[in-house]
Amino acid sequence: MESFLKIILKPDNLPILFLLFTVIGYTWLSISKMRKNDTQDIPEEAKLSDKVQVWPNLVRVEFIASIVVMVILVVWSIFIDAPLEEPANPTLTPNPSKAPWYFLGLQEILVYFDPWIAGVILPTLIIVGLIAIPYIDNNEKGSGYYTYKERKFAVLTFLVGFIILWVALIVLGTFMRGPGWYFFWPWEYWDTHRVVALTNVDLSEIFGINTKDAFGKLNPFAIIFGIVVITAYYSIGVIYWIKKKNTPLLQELGLLRYSITAFLFLTMMSLPIKMVLRLAFNIKYVLVTPWFNI
Amino acid sequence: MGKLKEKFQQTELYKSIFRHSYQDTNRNRALQIVDNVFLHLHPVRIPRHAVNIGYTWGMGGITFLLFIVLTITGVILMFYYRPAAEYAYEDMKYLMNDVPFGPLMRNMHRWGAHAMVITVMLHMFRVFLTGSYKPPRQFNWGVGVILLVLTFLLSFTGYLLPWDQLAIWAVTVGTNMARATPLLGHEGPFGPELGMKINNDIRFILLGGTQVGPPTLLRFYVGHCIFLPIVAAVFMIVHFWRIRKDGGISGPDTSKKEF
Ligand code: HEM
Repeated sequence: MESFLKIILKPDNLPILFLLFTVIGYTWLSISKMRKNDTQDIPEEAKLSDKVQVWPNLVRVEFIASIVVMVILVVWSIFIDAPLEEPANPTLTPNPSKAPWYFLGLQEILVYFDPWIAGVILPTLIIVGLIAIPYIDNNEKGSGYYTYKERKFAVLTFLVGFIILWVALIVLGTFMRGPGWYFFWPWEYWDTHRVVALTNVDLSEIFGINTKDAFGKLNPFAIIFGIVVITAYYSIGVIYWIKKKNTPLLQELGLLRYSITAFLFLTMMSLPIKMVLRLAFNIKYVLVTPWFNI
Repeated sequence: MGKLKEKFQQTELYKSIFRHSYQDTNRNRALQIVDNVFLHLHPVRIPRHAVNIGYTWGMGGITFLLFIVLTITGVILMFYYRPAAEYAYEDMKYLMNDVPFGPLMRNMHRWGAHAMVITVMLHMFRVFLTGSYKPPRQFNWGVGVILLVLTFLLSFTGYLLPWDQLAIWAVTVGTNMARATPLLGHEGPFGPELGMKINNDIRFILLGGTQVGPPTLLRFYVGHCIFLPIVAAVFMIVHFWRIRKDGGISGPDTSKKEF
């Protein structure tokens, strides 16, 4: 408990608590607005469409909001000092070494994927994917008001991606990852000498195909197995298209938009899948090649 | 007294500064917005739901406010900080112990930066949930995503500047990823095959060395204080311009009868 309290009370981690509470609060607020709008014919926002003067109606709100933010910031800054640790020393590596808190979700992904995926490919896909959202989501409904009913897939996917795969991983990475990036429950002591026997295996080995032979050479069957598994995973998108392509939804979407959406969605979901594979079955890699591993 | 005031209000000096009277008329309320360079970012009239803080959560505006606070406190910090490895940490100590209001400035800069990262994420969250990226605002959403990335980069480059243990190791962990960049990193897929080594790959360019060292500090400093703020400011100008051009804050299309 002591280690946990120490880490949770670190001044630099205070913003994470702030993030946690605001995200929970705003999610709750939006869900209640969605439910209200979804049970009536026209959304609440449409009832307030008469025009008002910006001066004073909006300027007043902005003014008050600015004052509140400034008061919070100044009081926070008076009472809590920004951390300044020992001078930089390249020969003394702290354990654990952590990136700034807003990147801890990505650092957590490093447990499940190699750095080239976790640190480069996934961040790039997140950025590109976010920019692509308006162009692949051609559902005209739900523009300018809170609603769940009219855009279930979009809202659900975003909630999972933002709340679970981004915010929750940040919280996990900050508060529960101790020395050696091992997982510690809040009541556990952060023991720097903890070693856990490595029992990870590759997916093919569960099915009796060894990734490497006794001399460390790669087994071609394992490579083929890995490629088949990954291809099969992404074919879920293809099969779904073939089965449902005549539904109005997919007709409207078109093949190109559908393909991008399916690819991004399946890639996003590969993270929780890999997490389960690792945590429940100790699986390290699905595909091992001489150049990269997945 | 009242007469004097009236007379003063007739002078050329007064009239050149204040263009309209302050009587509570709709015309004056409109002029108040249009005649003011700072307020004229706003439209004169907006739909009632857009004023409701429950709709926008005010998060875009608060992000902008924090950006301004960070610019001001940041410039003040620059008076006391030298981006060289032998001075940086000492300057921080000096700032925290001997400079009047030094700790307040540094703390506001530090906590304001954290807060801005949070508010920008919440802003994106609300824009998504209200479906405000839908036509005609697709492009502005993209501008926003760039702003999100710039906010992260600003915060990340600033993290190194105190030059303490926390700083260099957080940046070491963060930039270690670049080793593994496919094709461009010396530990990434097909990197070695393309001739990438520890002293010529993308991470080397980023750090100005094979590890986080004095050249990194200078690089991050210039990026943090000059390059990134200017780029972010330009994108914000586009962002705000676009909000107006796209018809102001999003809202339900009230010309439709059905939803
Ligand atoms: C430095 C970062 C940013 C600043 C200062 C900023 C500022 C603002 C402001 C002041 C507004 C007016 C409405 C409001 O306050 O909610 C706004 C609207 C908007 N922002 Fe941002 N923003 C930023 C980042 C982003 C990001 C990350 C996104 C999305 C990925 C985004 C997308 C939008 C869109 C689409 C609108 C129009 C919303 C509507 O009409 O309802 N912005 N922004």
